[in-house]
Amino acid sequence: MTDAFRNRIDLTFTVNGEQVEATVPAGRHLIDVLRLDLGLTGSHAGCEHGVCGACTVLVDGAPVRGCLTLAAQVQAAEVWTVEGLTDTGAVADLQAAFVARNALQCGYCTPGMLVAAKALVERETVPSRAEIREHMSGNYCRCTGYEAIVDAIETAARARAGEATE
Amino acid sequence: MTIRFDDPNRPNSYIGRTVPRPNAGKLVAGQGRYVDDITLPRMVHVAFVRSPHAHARIVSIDVGDAQAAKGVVRIVDGTEMATICTPWEGKLAHLQGMKTPPQHALAVDRVRYLGEPVVAVVARTRAEAEDAADLVVVDYDPLPAVTDLMTALDADTPIIHEGYEDNLCFRRTNEAGDVDGTFAGAHKVVEGWFKSGRHTGVTLEPRAIVADWKAGEAELTAHVSNQAPHMLQVLLAKHLDLPESRVRVVCGDVGGSFGVKVHVYPDEVATAALSKMLGRPVKFTADRLESFLSDIHARDHEATGRIALDADGRILGFDVDDWAAIGPYSIYPRTSAVEGLQVTNLIGGPYAFDHYRVRSSTVFQNKGICAQYRAVGHPVAVAITEGLVDKAAHEMGIDPVEFRRRNVIRDDAYPVSTVAGLKLEGLSHEKSLDALVEAMDYDALRAEQAELRAKGIHRGIGIASFIELTNPSPFMYGIGGARISAQDGCTVRMDPDGSVVALTGVTEQGQGTEAIMAQIVAEAVGIRPHMVRVVTGDTRVTPFGGGTWASRGAGIGGEAALRAGRALRDQILEVAASMLQGKAAALDIRDGVIVDAETGEDRLPIEEVGRIVYFRGDTLPPDLPRELMQTRHYITSNYPYAFTNGVQASLVEVDPDTGFVKLLKHWCVEDCGRIINPQLVDEQIRGGIVQGIGGALFEEVCYDAEGQMLNGSMADYLVPMSGEMPDMVIRHIETPTEEGALGAKGAGEAGTAGAPAAIMNAINDAIRPLGGEVTAMPFTPERILRALGRIRD
Repeated sequence: MTDAFRNRIDLTFTVNGEQVEATVPAGRHLIDVLRLDLGLTGSHAGCEHGVCGACTVLVDGAPVRGCLTLAAQVQAAEVWTVEGLTDTGAVADLQAAFVARNALQCGYCTPGMLVAAKALVERETVPSRAEIREHMSGNYCRCTGYEAIVDAIETAARARAGEATE
Repeated sequence: MTIRFDDPNRPNSYIGRTVPRPNAGKLVAGQGRYVDDITLPRMVHVAFVRSPHAHARIVSIDVGDAQAAKGVVRIVDGTEMATICTPWEGKLAHLQGMKTPPQHALAVDRVRYLGEPVVAVVARTRAEAEDAADLVVVDYDPLPAVTDLMTALDADTPIIHEGYEDNLCFRRTNEAGDVDGTFAGAHKVVEGWFKSGRHTGVTLEPRAIVADWKAGEAELTAHVSNQAPHMLQVLLAKHLDLPESRVRVVCGDVGGSFGVKVHVYPDEVATAALSKMLGRPVKFTADRLESFLSDIHARDHEATGRIALDADGRILGFDVDDWAAIGPYSIYPRTSAVEGLQVTNLIGGPYAFDHYRVRSSTVFQNKGICAQYRAVGHPVAVAITEGLVDKAAHEMGIDPVEFRRRNVIRDDAYPVSTVAGLKLEGLSHEKSLDALVEAMDYDALRAEQAELRAKGIHRGIGIASFIELTNPSPFMYGIGGARISAQDGCTVRMDPDGSVVALTGVTEQGQGTEAIMAQIVAEAVGIRPHMVRVVTGDTRVTPFGGGTWASRGAGIGGEAALRAGRALRDQILEVAASMLQGKAAALDIRDGVIVDAETGEDRLPIEEVGRIVYFRGDTLPPDLPRELMQTRHYITSNYPYAFTNGVQASLVEVDPDTGFVKLLKHWCVEDCGRIINPQLVDEQIRGGIVQGIGGALFEEVCYDAEGQMLNGSMADYLVPMSGEMPDMVIRHIETPTEEGALGAKGAGEAGTAGAPAAIMNAINDAIRPLGGEVTAMPFTPERILRALGRIRD
């Protein structure tokens, strides 16, 4: 077995709707593939421990930690990052609500927050504030104190449900 | 012409309004550019071999295997590093008796804290650099570690620095009045013991630098995640022996700072030096373990204190002995003495009394370096003060709000020089208390608390008044010889179409600096905020300034922006008056149109002035000034600091069986003077409160007796997350400073200053009837159960 065979893997997967082929070190995590190999720097590495949520991206529709996911795990998967979700407008209402409510300060956690919040606003019912706080409790933000983030998500969820915001 | 800020119907009334942040759009789209996002041609990466010991002699370093590892470009140890990078000492001349030894970018001969950088390994990728760093063999001879605060000065404690007589870095006693006599004759004396856990900033973006030395231009460009680019420019130039004009520091998007990123770090300076050695770009990004080990820590304090009272419950005096543990070095260039120094100034800050003695002793430890972190020293001083005040109120049988009403400095008493030596221009403790009581519906909450208590539900209400130091003058650092700028500047330039570029020396880490600068310049010139492009964080183009720290951005940088904007407006009007053959004083600019000041009638679009000045200057009188670019710098001069004030309240529920604290609600009334953007101020307060809650309930960097860190990951070091945090009600009183026309004081740290004390008082209000009291932060379930006697072993 050659070193290259042992230490590198060939990947074919879809990122933001575009097919990607890459040969990467076998130990590479998804967040590093996105940031280092594909130049998608919108997702951030925060703790590299799966705790802070800054690296949250969508893999086959589910929010996952980019820092805990090995590149090999996304073979043939469909990955979406903040860049793609921005281009398609999939989270445009959340983004607008975050800006209007100042639900971000330094912005480092925000891409992960948006990916995590996407699932909440896509639910059939409007989540309560306690549900929003619980759902978002895997995403660390040092700046805002979270209340504005909860407000912004609540606003977007109500708007999607056709409810007037308070 | 002055701006009537109190008239909401004035033209161009952007100051005082919530307007969106111009830089928020790119951040929600993932288009921010943080340092680690930067990749440069030929860039290499550095990983550091860090000390595994808290204290040891370096016997030998063997880099043979590492040198041969894949991808390695260069390996440098402390001795070699010292040949191109001089060491530094974090001292201030006005802090008499302070001592600290030289600190090197890489350790030379001896390591003095866990994680101290020892060897730099540069390789093609970070992974290769880390792999090779693992192959560096450093032979250490371990030495005894000094890790206990209260015994640091004992005769049998080893001395960390050779040649020193003890482990004392700095000690100050601030004493006035007759403390001993007052306490001896007081109606009542209440005592307390308080501890604040060593914690750290945990910025979500770790510290990072890309240093790019270009030999051909003899210039170093450093992209750094930092709050004070001009400070770093000056210090990198000094220690790498470069002219300051040949060092460019660029601070783009910064993923949180809170004081963590206002200091000089050895690994960052080493990275810049390595770039100079190699002649190519070098990147260093701290990983999370490195962040816990090497970011500054803060608030490692322990204190005993007492408060003297007369029979009416009036405070006569405070007497506090505070101890602070730092690392083996004082931080550069701000020093690690300022936290303790603040405690000696801030105890009893909101109150009127005549007898004062506060001593603070700052001692060296073989742990990470402690330094300035959001609300420097305030959370410690406020917790001691408000802990004693609450205890005093309880023992006197006086309601805690009523006790504060009796003792705060009256709103009509200002200006005041306090017994601690603070010059206070104008504060609003009485109005703030009134607003707090109203916002909380205090009496109803007390009634509800009593009802629930009868049902076995233990709720507590905690109050904490505070003052907060903002807008520092050179009295903070400049007079001590540190090259830290207290002044700041702003340059505004009108482009031909009437839009404006504003370059400011203060920086943005998410506070909303760009938004408020756009508002201020827009109002000052007479255009809409979206017509102002704000540029921050690049020493090549922005006016020399101090950056953003100590809540100075709005008050200092904002005033400079206001003055620069007004100067540009005056210049535009002078040209317009010439074009219109009228008088500048009869004209005004509103919404980008030059109008008759009296009637509001349109006279000339502003872009016509731009067209004439830039492209048809031949049509203007030759001697007419035509600089549509103006710079103004501003420094405060009447007061060393602009103090703000406020009061916070916390409502908690304590489960006496589990020791868990549930945060039900939090209130803050604060007075930061003129509010430029209400939403941004509210969110500064909210974020600050939660950061304070972190220190009160969760956060502590734990070391064992040998100086090994026990919780260096985000899985082990707890921070506030959304699930546990309360909603927060924020109210404002506005007492503008009269130092400048803007009247703004700082707002960034008030939340953090008062929150820990409010939480502590709320918990104690809940558990005092059960016979418990907690005064050692963080208030973990275990500590609460011990206080209640539920755990005894």
